[in-house]
Amino acid sequence: MNKLIKKRGEMNMKEVPVEATLTSVGVEKKSKGRFFEFWKAFRKKKSALISFYFIILLLLLMVVGPFITPYDPAEPDYFKLLESPSINHVFGTDEYGRDILSRIIAGAQITLSVSISAVLLGAIGGTILGLVSGFFGKWIDKIIMRICDVLFAFPDLILGIGIVAILGPGLQNVMIAIAFFSIPSFARIVRGATLEAKEMLFVESAKSIGASKVRILFKHILPETIPVIIVYFTMTVGSAILSAASLSFLGLGAEPSSPDWGAMLSMSRDYIGSSFHLVFFPGLIIFLTVLAFNLFGDGLRDVLDPKTKN
Amino acid sequence: MKKYIIKRIVSLIPLLLVVSFVIFMFIHLIPGDPARLLAGKDATIAEVEAAREAFGLNQPLIQQYISYLKTLLSGDLGYSIKSGAPVSGLIADRIIPTLGLTFFSIIWALVIGILLGIISAVFRDKWPDRVGMLTAVSGISLPNFWVGLVCIQLFSVHLGIFPSGGADDGWKSYILPSFALGAGIMAIIARFTRSSLVNTLKQDYIRTGRAKGLSGRAIIFGHALKNSLIPVITVAGLQFGFLLGGSVVVETVFSFPGLGRLLIDSIHFRDYPVIQSLILFFSVQFILVNLLVDILYSVFNPKIRYE
Repeated sequence: MNKLIKKRGEMNMKEVPVEATLTSVGVEKKSKGRFFEFWKAFRKKKSALISFYFIILLLLLMVVGPFITPYDPAEPDYFKLLESPSINHVFGTDEYGRDILSRIIAGAQITLSVSISAVLLGAIGGTILGLVSGFFGKWIDKIIMRICDVLFAFPDLILGIGIVAILGPGLQNVMIAIAFFSIPSFARIVRGATLEAKEMLFVESAKSIGASKVRILFKHILPETIPVIIVYFTMTVGSAILSAASLSFLGLGAEPSSPDWGAMLSMSRDYIGSSFHLVFFPGLIIFLTVLAFNLFGDGLRDVLDPKTKN
Repeated sequence: MKKYIIKRIVSLIPLLLVVSFVIFMFIHLIPGDPARLLAGKDATIAEVEAAREAFGLNQPLIQQYISYLKTLLSGDLGYSIKSGAPVSGLIADRIIPTLGLTFFSIIWALVIGILLGIISAVFRDKWPDRVGMLTAVSGISLPNFWVGLVCIQLFSVHLGIFPSGGADDGWKSYILPSFALGAGIMAIIARFTRSSLVNTLKQDYIRTGRAKGLSGRAIIFGHALKNSLIPVITVAGLQFGFLLGGSVVVETVFSFPGLGRLLIDSIHFRDYPVIQSLILFFSVQFILVNLLVDILYSVFNPKIRYE
């Protein structure tokens, strides 16, 4: 019964934009209300909330990381090679005596900026394709969806490896590769949301008062698809971090000497057995970061897009 | 049924053609002269010209593609730049370890994933569900190469139970790589089984079953599970691509003599004919597995056939 009431509540919220689009004052009021409602519901999800704070911390590290490392992440110290974790070096030191904690803090910038910007590129490309495909339908839709089918025929990481094999190794090319294989999923998801939004009453009414196609697409339909995009974006960042780390691990991404988390793991392989901390900590931070993005994404989905939950 | 299968296979032909064209274009998309790339790093001008002639690179693109298709269909995948050996032979030598690895991974992932999903669905919102789903979301978030390295440290270095790499110790050398490779898929299957089963348990026929006094076990295993596993098959098929990509990484961690290692070695050596054939091989395998999944799906769910 409770669920039924909740469902009704959602339906009412969905209908809000109908009146909201009529008066601009209404928009502001309702959107504030919408955000408050969202935060109230989101706050209850403990794991998602903790993940959210963890992500905020990571994003802060991305900006200030290089300035707050306890040691210089690039400076070798030949008196402290391969030291186990201690009070001075909490995560120990690597084969050049560099502090691993400092390298992880400095590496956040590389790993996160590559993954986030790759998914951002993929999301923008996929959203445009999905909107156009869903809104215009007919042959445009067919062509775009067939192109997506072709991209889907390649396993993600294999496509990534292929693209890097063409463009050559390096972080920038890893970013392009990840953006490229994120496009078709975003396109399909946004297309689905567009098809749904197209049927809604407020789109119908916008059409009937003579709004242009571009206006309907960007002013009325795009905002409806945003929640789905946000949810999928968050989840994709998690898997993008894994893909970027995998490619760096394979020697196709970041320079082996850079503090990128995947590259650190790749270098540490030779010391397994003798200095396990070299393998353990970079992997742990990748795991925790991806976990945070996945849990945060789950929480967002439960609140923003409850239909897809089960 | 036969009609549906034939229809599905025929509909794949255009996709396979486009995919093969994209892969054919691979060598032309790389910056630089394809003849020089195929002749190898230290080739003389005469050798480059000989390669241009031999590979037909002086012909129009469309003609090159047609002859590429012809040789493909005759099973000829070209020759490795590095060793001069036929690529089909290289693949044949390495295919068994990779197939074994993916097979073991998907089997344990399916068994454990479905089990975990059932437990979570039955104890929905209670602690076994929370533990199960936390395990699942962790599984999705784990980098498989890290899982592999941690396993080597634990089971090879410390306990000495399993070999740390290679494929010379029979089934024992498959345990750790399969575990590392399957963990992520196990997690996805568990999550999907749970949500599918939870949905099925809300259906009317389940309520009827309960009303006529069936035990909980009879409802789950006799009625609900069968229907909720149908979508799980599809998800497992889609995740097969994840498995193929993951195998490249895991084989590198365990120095496993499979196709994934071959791909990475070939990239480092710029052995383009081998790279091209392997990407084609992985993609065609992925397409065929999904065809198989579609057909299986229609066997279990006849409604699909009539749409």
